[in-house]
Amino acid sequence: MIRQIGKRLATAIPSLIGVVIVTFLLTRVLPGDTAAYFAGPAATPQAIAEIRKTLGLDRPLPEQFVRYVADLARGDFGNSLTTGQPVITEITTRLPASAELTLAGLIVSMLVAVPLGVLAAVRQGSLVDHACRIVATAGVSLPVFFTGLLLVYAFYFLLGWAPAPLGRLDIFYSPPPQVTGFFLIDSLIARDFEVFRAALAQLALPALTLAIFSLAPVARMTRASMLAVLASDFVRTARASGLAPRAVIVTYAFRNAMLPVVTTLGMVFSFLLGANVLVEKVFAWPGIGSYAIEALIASDYAPVQGFVLTMAVLYVLLNLSIDLAYGVIDPRVRIEA
Amino acid sequence: MKRREFLQSMTALAAAPMLSAPMVWSPARAQSRAETLLFVTEAGPNNFDIHGVGTNRPGYEVSWNCYDRLMSHGVKTLADGTASYDRDKFVPELAEEWSPGDMSITFKLRRNATFHDGTPITAKDVKWSFDRAVTVGGFPTFQMKAGSLEKPEQFVAVDDHTFRVDFLRKDRLTLPDLAVIVPAVYHSELVKKNATDKDPWGLDYTKTNIAGGGAYKVTRWQAGSEVVYERNEDWKSGALPKIRRIVWRIVPSAGNRRALIERGDADISFDLPNKDFAELKAAGKTSVVSTPVGNGILYLGMNCKNPPFNEVKVRQAVAYAIPYQKIMDAVMFGLANPLYGGEANRASSLAWPQPHGYATDLAKAKALLAEAGHQDGFDTTISFDLGSAVISEPLCVLVQESLAQIGIRATISKVPGANWRSELLKKELPMIVNFFSGWLDYPEYFFFWAYHGQNAVFNTMSYQDGAMDALIDGARKAAAEGDAGTYATDVKGFIDKAFAEVPRVPLFQPYLNVALQKNISGYRYWFHRQLDYRSLGKA
Amino acid sequence: MNQSARIDPAAAIPAVSAPAAAPLTAPAGLPVAAAPLARPSIARHARHVIAENPVTGIAFALFLAIAACAVLGPAIAPYDPLASDTAAALQAPSTRHWFGTDQLGRDILSRVMAATRLDLGIAVFSVALVFVLGGLSGVAAGFFAGWTDRIVGRIADTIMAFPLFVLAMGIVAALGNTVTNIVIATAIINFPLYARVARAEANVRREAGFVLAARLAGNGEARILLAHILPNVMPIMAVQMSLTMGYAILNAAGLSFIGLGVRPPTPEWGIMVAEGAGFIVSGEWWIALFPGAALMLAVFCFNLLGDGLRDILDPQRRT
Repeated sequence: MIRQIGKRLATAIPSLIGVVIVTFLLTRVLPGDTAAYFAGPAATPQAIAEIRKTLGLDRPLPEQFVRYVADLARGDFGNSLTTGQPVITEITTRLPASAELTLAGLIVSMLVAVPLGVLAAVRQGSLVDHACRIVATAGVSLPVFFTGLLLVYAFYFLLGWAPAPLGRLDIFYSPPPQVTGFFLIDSLIARDFEVFRAALAQLALPALTLAIFSLAPVARMTRASMLAVLASDFVRTARASGLAPRAVIVTYAFRNAMLPVVTTLGMVFSFLLGANVLVEKVFAWPGIGSYAIEALIASDYAPVQGFVLTMAVLYVLLNLSIDLAYGVIDPRVRIEA
Repeated sequence: MKRREFLQSMTALAAAPMLSAPMVWSPARAQSRAETLLFVTEAGPNNFDIHGVGTNRPGYEVSWNCYDRLMSHGVKTLADGTASYDRDKFVPELAEEWSPGDMSITFKLRRNATFHDGTPITAKDVKWSFDRAVTVGGFPTFQMKAGSLEKPEQFVAVDDHTFRVDFLRKDRLTLPDLAVIVPAVYHSELVKKNATDKDPWGLDYTKTNIAGGGAYKVTRWQAGSEVVYERNEDWKSGALPKIRRIVWRIVPSAGNRRALIERGDADISFDLPNKDFAELKAAGKTSVVSTPVGNGILYLGMNCKNPPFNEVKVRQAVAYAIPYQKIMDAVMFGLANPLYGGEANRASSLAWPQPHGYATDLAKAKALLAEAGHQDGFDTTISFDLGSAVISEPLCVLVQESLAQIGIRATISKVPGANWRSELLKKELPMIVNFFSGWLDYPEYFFFWAYHGQNAVFNTMSYQDGAMDALIDGARKAAAEGDAGTYATDVKGFIDKAFAEVPRVPLFQPYLNVALQKNISGYRYWFHRQLDYRSLGKA
Repeated sequence: MNQSARIDPAAAIPAVSAPAAAPLTAPAGLPVAAAPLARPSIARHARHVIAENPVTGIAFALFLAIAACAVLGPAIAPYDPLASDTAAALQAPSTRHWFGTDQLGRDILSRVMAATRLDLGIAVFSVALVFVLGGLSGVAAGFFAGWTDRIVGRIADTIMAFPLFVLAMGIVAALGNTVTNIVIATAIINFPLYARVARAEANVRREAGFVLAARLAGNGEARILLAHILPNVMPIMAVQMSLTMGYAILNAAGLSFIGLGVRPPTPEWGIMVAEGAGFIVSGEWWIALFPGAALMLAVFCFNLLGDGLRDILDPQRRT
C-alpha cells in the first residue's frame, strides 16, 4: 500500500515540475509590465527601472527561475504585489473558503443527481428518463456565472429569500475560531449556532449554482453505472429470488453502481475547484479562485504561480485518495493493482 | 438499519436551520446595524500607506481617514445643494494655526493630539513624515514636487509643537499641496522600530498597519474582502465623527452592488455604472449625489508623434467626427458635463474644464481629412483600459462606428490593467480613451502635466510644442507672483491652443456618483474622489 | 471487448431488425453477419436509434437549424448587427425589435443571429484543432508506444494538472484576446482528454489482425496509422467532439465575463450574456436572456448530439 502510494506520487513529480515551469513561463509571457503597474500613475522610466530592480524582474529569466525554485523549496511562494501579503498565507486562508464552497456544491449536486440517475436507470427509455437527461443537460448548458447571477436576482433581489451576496458571512458575524477553516464545521465546534446558520445561508446560493453546473456528469455516470449493474447476473438472480424491487435496487444494485460514480465525483470535484473562479467572482466569495483571477489581470505573478501549484498538488492528492478509496470499496481493484 | 436511521436523523437536523429564514435581524443585531456604516465598492485597498509602492486608489481612502494632515479644506455648497470641499478655504487639522512668511510658512501643532497608541504627536513626527514623502520616490514624491516640496531641508521642526516649511521658490500650489493625502503625519517612532536596513522608511510595516493618529483605525482587514474601521475616540484634530464602526465590503459584481443598495442592505454604493445611478436617481428611494470631478476630463487622445495623427487637420477631423450626443445619452446617461459644442473654439473664461467648439459634423470631418490628403481614410486602433470598460467600451464602439463613416477604420483594443500603464508610458498607441484629473484644481496644473513638453506620463499624446510650454510656464510664474493680468492672458492662450491643435479631444467632465440611503448625511465631495468618513452620519 | 474485431456498426445490430427473410438467424442480441443479405445501412440504423430516442432526433434537427442560421444568419437578419441607434436604446421586445435592443440601440435578434456564425465557428475550429493535435498525438502514442507514448503522456498530465479554466485565462491573457487565441486556448485545455481517448483506442488495436495484415501487405507505419487506425478511433472521438463543441462556447462566455473574450463590437453569445448580466438587476432582462437562451440551446443540442452519435456509432457504449 505504502509502496503503491509512493509509486503514484513518483509518477506525479514530472507533471508537477512541468506545471512549475509552464506557469513560470506563462506568467512571464503575460503582457503587462508589473513594474510599470506598481510604479504608480506618475512614474518616469527611471522610477520604473528602479522598481523593476527592486522586484528582481531585471534579472535574466533562467536566474529568476532558479531563485523561484529555491524559494519554493523553502516554502516561500513569494509575495503578492497587489495585496502585499505573502502568497502562502493568503492561499492557506482562502483555500478553505473555496474548498467549503466546492464541497457544499458537490454534496447538493449528489443529493439531486444520484437519485435522478437511479430513477432514470430504473425507468430506462421512459419519459422520466428523457426528462432527467434534459434537466441534467440543461444545467450544464448555461454559463455558470449566468446561472449564479440569475439565482441572485431571483432569490435575493426579487424574493428576498437568500441573504445579500456579500461573501461568506454577513457583516455582523465574526468568523468562528479557526480549526479547519470551514465555517460550517468550525462554528459547530465552537457551538455558535447563529454563525452556523449565517454561514449556511450565505453558502446556499453559490453552492446551488455549482451544483446545477455539476449535475450532468454525476447524473449521467450514475445512470450509466446503474444500467450496467441492473443488467448484471447477480441482480437478475436477486430478482428471480423474489426480492422486492426496492430491496434489489437500493441494497444490491445501488451499492455496486456507486463505484464508478466515486471516480466521477473525484473528477467533478477537481473540475469544480478550478471552475469556481467565476462563481466566486459573482458572489464575492473570498476564495482562491477570485484571488487568482485578480492577480492574473494585474499581471501579479506570485499568486498565479502559487494558485496553480496548489491546485496541481491538490489534484495529485485527490486522485491518489480516490484510487485508494476505490481500492477500499472494491477489493477487486486492490487485487488487480 | 441503525445506520440508516442515524443518517436520516442527521439529515433532518442539518436541514432544520436552513428552513428558518435567517434574513431578519435579531433585535440586538438591529441595534448595532444602526451604529455601523456598510459601504460596498468593486475593489479594495492593496496598501494602507499612500507612500507605499503601487498603492491603489482605495488605499488612498484608508490613508485619508486614518492619518491626519496639517490642514484640510473647508466645505462649500454647490449649486445643486450638495457639499464639496472648498479649494480656497483651509481649516485646521493637526495644525491649529499657521502664519505664512515670505519664503516659508510656520505651523503651530495641537498640543493634545495623540497617535492611536497614545503617544503625543510632535513636530519631529511631522518632519520625519515629510522627509519620508519626498524621499521614497514614486507617486508621493512626485505629488510633493508638484507643490515645490522637494527636499528634506525644507522641513524644520522648530520645537515640539512648531513646524516650518521653507520654500524653494514661490509657488501658488505649495499650500494646497500640503492639504492633499500625501503629507500625512506618521508615528515616526513606531515605524522606525519596524523598519529594517533594506526598508529604512518602514514601508512594509505601514502597508498593513496604521501608524497614525487619524479619526479612524483599522481593526480588521481581509485583503480583497473587507476592511473594518473603529472610531478613534481620542481624535482631537476635528469634530469627533458620528459613526463608530464602518465596514467596507468588496463586491466585484456591479449588479450585486446595485441590488444591495436597492434592498437597503448597503448604506453607500460606489462604482456603479452610470445607468444604474441615473435609474436610482429617478426611482427616488435612495439619494444619488453627483458631483462633477474637479479638473477632470474624459478624453480621446491621439498620438502626436507618429503619423497619421501628427497632422493637425487629421486630429481636427476626428474631433468633428465624434458622436458626442449619442455618447452622452447612451453611455453617460446625462451624468457628465459636456465639453463639446461650445459657442466658439476659444477660451471663454479662465475656468477649466470648459467646452471646446467642436461638435459632430461628419461633412466637415471628411473635408478636413481630404485636405490632409487622407480622402481614402486609413486603419488605426482605439485602445482603452479594461478597468474602465463600462464607459470606455460602448464609447469606443460608437466612436468606431462614426469614424468608419469618414473612412477611418478603427479596431478596438481592450488592454488589461497592468499592461495599460506601460502602454501609456510607451506612448505608441495611436488613439486612446482615457481619463485624467488633477488633485490641485488649477488650469495651469492640468496643462503642466497633460500638455507640457516635459512629456510627463500624463502627456499621453506626446504633444510637444514650444509655444505651449512658454504659455504654461508663464501662467505658473504669474500665479506664483500674483500677476493676474499675465495669468489671464497665458491661461486663455494655452486653452485656445489646446482647442486649435486638439492633441486630445475633451469629451466630458464626468460626475462622481454616489448612491446613499436616505438616512445617511454628511457626504462631501473631495478632490481625491474617495470617501471621507469623518463627516458622515446615519440617522 | 473483442480485440480483433473492427467496430462495425452493422454487425452490432440485433438480428431482429435484419430483413425478415432470415428466420434461421441466431436469437436477438448476438452479432451476426448475415452474408447473403444486404447489411442495414448506417442511415437505417440511425433511423432506428432516433425512433427509440426522440430526444436525439430533436438534437439533430436543432443542429441543422443552428448550422442553417450560421450560414444564412447575416443575410436574413432584419437589422445590421453593428448599427447603433441610441435613440432606440434599451427597448423591450416589441414588434419592431423582436428581441429588443441593447444599450447602444442595436437589434438583439440580429446580433444573436449574427453571433451564431462566430460561435459555431469557435466550436468547430476548437474541436478540429484539438482533434488534429490531440487525436493524432494520442493515436501515435498508442500505436508507437515507447518514447512517443511517454512524451505525449507527460504533456497531457502536465496540462491536466492545471485548473483548466485558469490555464485558458492565462493563455488568452498572454497571447491577446482574439478569436484565434480563444480557439487555441480551448484546444490546449482539451488536449489531454483527446490524447488519452485516442491513445487508449490505438493501443487496443496495435496488435489487431488487420494491422498485422496491412503491415505484411507492405504498408508503411504512417499509412497504417492514418488509413487503418484513425478511422476506427473516429467514432469514439466524434462523441467527445460534440461535447467539446458545447464546452468551447461556454469557455468563450466565461472568458468574456472576466474581460478576456472577443473584441467589441463583435457579436458573440458569450460576450452578450456577460454584458447583459449587468442589466438584469435593473430590469432589462432581454439583453442577457436571448443570447443566453441561444447559447443554452446550442450547448444543449451539442450535448444531446453527443449522446445520439454514441448510440448510433457505438451501441456497446450506450448509456
